[in-house]
Amino acid sequence: MDQFNLEIISPEKSFLTKSDTEEVVIPAIEGYMGILKDHIPLISFLKPGIIDVRSKNETLNYYVDDGIVEFKDNTLSILTSNIFDLKEMDKNKVDKIVKDAEEGLKKENIEDHERYILDQKIEVLNSIKSN
Amino acid sequence: MPSLDDLRKRITSVKSTQKITKAMKMVAAAKLRKAQENAEKGRPYSEKMNNIILNLSAGVSDPQSAPKLLVGTGKEDVHLCVVLTSDRGLCGGFNSNIIKKAKNYFEKIQKEGKSLKIITVGSKGYDQLKRQYGKSIIENISFKESKNINYFDAAKVGNLIIEKFQNEEFDFCTIFFNKFKNVISQIPQAQQIIPLENENKDKDEKLESNYEFEPDEDEILSNLLPKNISTQIFKAMLENSASEQGSRMTAMDNATRNAGDLVDKLTIQYNRSRQAAITKELIEIISGAESL
Repeated sequence: MDQFNLEIISPEKSFLTKSDTEEVVIPAIEGYMGILKDHIPLISFLKPGIIDVRSKNETLNYYVDDGIVEFKDNTLSILTSNIFDLKEMDKNKVDKIVKDAEEGLKKENIEDHERYILDQKIEVLNSIKSN
Repeated sequence: MPSLDDLRKRITSVKSTQKITKAMKMVAAAKLRKAQENAEKGRPYSEKMNNIILNLSAGVSDPQSAPKLLVGTGKEDVHLCVVLTSDRGLCGGFNSNIIKKAKNYFEKIQKEGKSLKIITVGSKGYDQLKRQYGKSIIENISFKESKNINYFDAAKVGNLIIEKFQNEEFDFCTIFFNKFKNVISQIPQAQQIIPLENENKDKDEKLESNYEFEPDEDEILSNLLPKNISTQIFKAMLENSASEQGSRMTAMDNATRNAGDLVDKLTIQYNRSRQAAITKELIEIISGAESL
């Protein structure tokens, strides 16, 4: 399969750069989106979910809270302030994030949009736990 | 003329000060390397963010409907200034340079009859500004507890600014910080973040406008701009911390050298007075013997 470049950047550092990516599935705000080589230029947002990076030899999975995605000239850039490797996520960590999110839900006067994001977050994290 | 004992004490005291400044220089040098690394690592994020926003704002067709963070409120009455300084002293002109730059700007604004609001980040800036501009300072934030510069601290400041903007407390926002050029020179900077000023205005970069947006441009922009504020502040904080260490290193290096010069001077003076005392005693003995 054709390959393209991927860079995941966090504010502190460049988190990951790869040049042999074949397919990336991202949790875009309006639904999961698979990106292959020669996708048209794109700008979108992420909702809490799992980024699935597939290359010839390996598959990498990351959990993200939010972020911005840009695809241009066969380079996919993901800007995010909160990203974890799924392999390094242990149960305690997941529990803690779930708890924070649930607490956020309990607050009154939160907007529908926020509620949606938090619901998503809890759902994704629970699915991580059950795996 | 100080006595021999006084001189000896003074030399010891200067020597021990020298030891302290030398140690501080070493520590600053070690920290500088890390801070510089962090500043470099943080650059891609803010650059990319800037690029995306540029691409997006090129696509905004109607300035009327564009988010206020991008185009401003249309008024120019209240200016908010965020002054980023360090929490610790003994770093040469680092803090005073920022303050000087900021004060110039404050004066300009007040001359134009506009009102001024100040947020200080870092306790040194607050200390230096509170006497003259105490009434204008609306918030004083300090991250003394955080060991490293992290994004969450920057986001806290960013969210505060956005909240105030949404409450229509100000129309313009400018941040003041030191840009790290190299160890010897740090340049105080004023950067306007609301409404967004295009940094590379002169460069005629080709912008692609045939992007696919999901959701539409306006929504992305209104989501992205608040993030960009935090990113800019984070960038400023990283630059600032590298500058602080660089400035401290230079200042402490100078102090060590000055202490060395002072020790040499004092030692010569000490030796001279000692020799003078010996000569005086000899003359006394000789003239005493002669008179017998």
